[in-house]
Amino acid sequence: MNNIRNQLIGTWTLLKKELLRFWRVAFQTVAAPVITGILYLLIFSHVLDGRLEVYEGVPYMAFLIPGLIMMSLLQNSFSNSSSSLIQAKVMGNIVFLLLTPLSYIQLFFSFLIASIARGIFVGFCIYLIATLYIDLPIKHPLIVFLFAFFGGGLMGAFGIVAGVWSQRFDQMAAFGNFVIMPLSMLSGVFYSIHSLPVSWQKVSQLNPFFYMIDGFRYGFFGQSDVSPYFSLIIVILFFIVLSYGTIRMLKSGYKLRG
Amino acid sequence: MKKAIAFKSVKKNYGKLKAVNGITLSIKEGEFFGLLGPNGAGKSTLINMLAGLVRPTSGSISAMGFDVVKDYQNARHSLGIVPQELVFDPFFNLREMLRFQAGYFGKGKSNDAWVDEVIERLDLKAKASTNMRMLSGGMKRRALIAQALVHRPPVIVLDEPTAGVDVELRQKLWTFIKELNTEGHTIVLTTHYLEEAEALCNRVAMLRAGKVVALDTTTNLLKKFAAKNLKLRLSLKNKFKLSSIIKGINFSVDGDFYTFELKKIDDIGRIISALNKVSIEILDMETVDQDLENIFLKLTGNEIKYE
Repeated sequence: MNNIRNQLIGTWTLLKKELLRFWRVAFQTVAAPVITGILYLLIFSHVLDGRLEVYEGVPYMAFLIPGLIMMSLLQNSFSNSSSSLIQAKVMGNIVFLLLTPLSYIQLFFSFLIASIARGIFVGFCIYLIATLYIDLPIKHPLIVFLFAFFGGGLMGAFGIVAGVWSQRFDQMAAFGNFVIMPLSMLSGVFYSIHSLPVSWQKVSQLNPFFYMIDGFRYGFFGQSDVSPYFSLIIVILFFIVLSYGTIRMLKSGYKLRG
Repeated sequence: MKKAIAFKSVKKNYGKLKAVNGITLSIKEGEFFGLLGPNGAGKSTLINMLAGLVRPTSGSISAMGFDVVKDYQNARHSLGIVPQELVFDPFFNLREMLRFQAGYFGKGKSNDAWVDEVIERLDLKAKASTNMRMLSGGMKRRALIAQALVHRPPVIVLDEPTAGVDVELRQKLWTFIKELNTEGHTIVLTTHYLEEAEALCNRVAMLRAGKVVALDTTTNLLKKFAAKNLKLRLSLKNKFKLSSIIKGINFSVDGDFYTFELKKIDDIGRIISALNKVSIEILDMETVDQDLENIFLKLTGNEIKYE
C-alpha cells in the first residue's frame, strides 16, 4: 500500500502545495520582502556610499547587497514553514495532513525544501534588481549556493519548530520580532564585525546568522571576516542539529497529536 | 467476516480525566455502525485515536488489521475520516484540495478521474474551481466528505456529518452514505441525531463517561429496552399528582399528552382503571414504539421523569 513510489508522490504533493501556497500570495511573500530589501539598499547606500569602505576595493553598496540578500533569504525561509504551520493549526486544516500516511520525515522534507525555495527565490529577485544599480559578479558561485541552501534549510527547520510550538499568531510574531529580527540585524549585514569593539566581536561570533552572512558574502568578493570554510562547517552543524531536533519533535507528535 | 476496526481495552486519560475508560469493541467489514453518546462521552476521543490524531494511553486499535500506531501508514490508507469541524484550506479551490489530499496518499494523476467522479456524486461539479472560502456551509460539509473518499478507503468514519445541515441536505447525505455502504464500504458514524442512527445504522454502541453502556444491533436494542408506550391525552381539571395514583409506572408529560412506559400489557388496564377511579377523562389514546432516543436517555442516565 505504502511503497516508495507512493511516498515520493506524497512528499512531492505536499512540497507542490507548499510552493503554490506562497506563490498564490506572491505579492505578500515575494514582492514585499524584495521591496523591503531594495529600500534598505537604497537608503543605506545613499547615506554611507563613498564614506565607508569595509573591504578594500569594494564599494559600500556592493558590500551591503550580499548581506541584504542573505538576510531576506533567511527571514523568508523561516516565514514559509512557520506561517504555513501556524495558519493550518489556527484554521484547523492541519488535520488534513495529520490524517494522511505521510511520515514525519516526509513532512519535514516537504516543508524544508519549500522554505529553501522561497528564501532563494526572494534572494535571487533582490540580486537581480540590485544588479540594475551596480555590477556584482559572483566569485565563488558554489559557496554562494551552499550558504543559501544550508542557511535557508536551517531557517526552514527553525520555522517548523516555531510553527509547531506556537498556538497563536502572537506567539509566532514573538519568534520573528525577538529572535529572527535581532539576530539578523546584529549579524554583520551592514558592517564588518572588525569595526566592533573586541567584546562585541566575541558576542557576534556566537550568532549563527553572522556565519551565514559572512560566508555568503565571501562567495561574492572572496573576502570575509572569518574563514568561509569554518563558517560553512558551523552552518552545516547547526543545520544538522536543528534538523535532527525538528525530526524528533515531529516524530513525537509534540503539539500536533494529543 | 473480517474486522474492519477493532478497539482493544483502549484507555485515554487527560490528567485525572478518563476520557475513554477501557473500551473493547469491534466493527465488521461492511457494517453501518453508529457511535452514540452525550457530549463528553468519549466518542470524538475514540475517533481521534482511530485517526491517529490522539494517542491512546493504553490498549490497541487496528483498522483493517493494521495497528493505528505501529503500522499507521497502512492503517491510514484504510481510513477515510470526515472531521466534525468545517475546516478548509483557504489558498486553494475544491478540485485542487481534493487532488492534494489524494496525492498525500500516494495517488497520482491516474486518480484524477476518481476525484472528478467524487465531485460529481456529491453534487459539487459547479463549484469545483471555486476557492474553498467561497463555498457555503453545506458545500464545505460535502467537500469534507469528498476529501475522505479521494483515496478510496474501505472504511469511512463520519464524525457528526449532518451537524448544522438543513433537512434537504441531510436527506441527500443519508442517501449518499447509504450508497457507500451498499457499495461495500464500512461506515462508522457518530451522531447526536438518534433519528439518524435509527434510520441508518445496523449496529449501535452507546457511550457514557468513556465506557460502552450498550452494544447491539439497532433492532435488538429497540426490542430489548422497549416494550410499547401508552400515550394518552388527558383532561386534568384538577392538578392531580399522577404518580400517587399510578404507582410503579414511569411516564413523561408533553402538554396534555402523557406517555406511560409499559413493562407488560396488563399495565394498560391498571392505568385506565386508576384514571377512571379519580374521574380523569381520557380524550385520546394510542400505543407507540419506543425509539432509540428513549433508550439512549435511559442508558446515559439522562431520563427525564415527571411526577
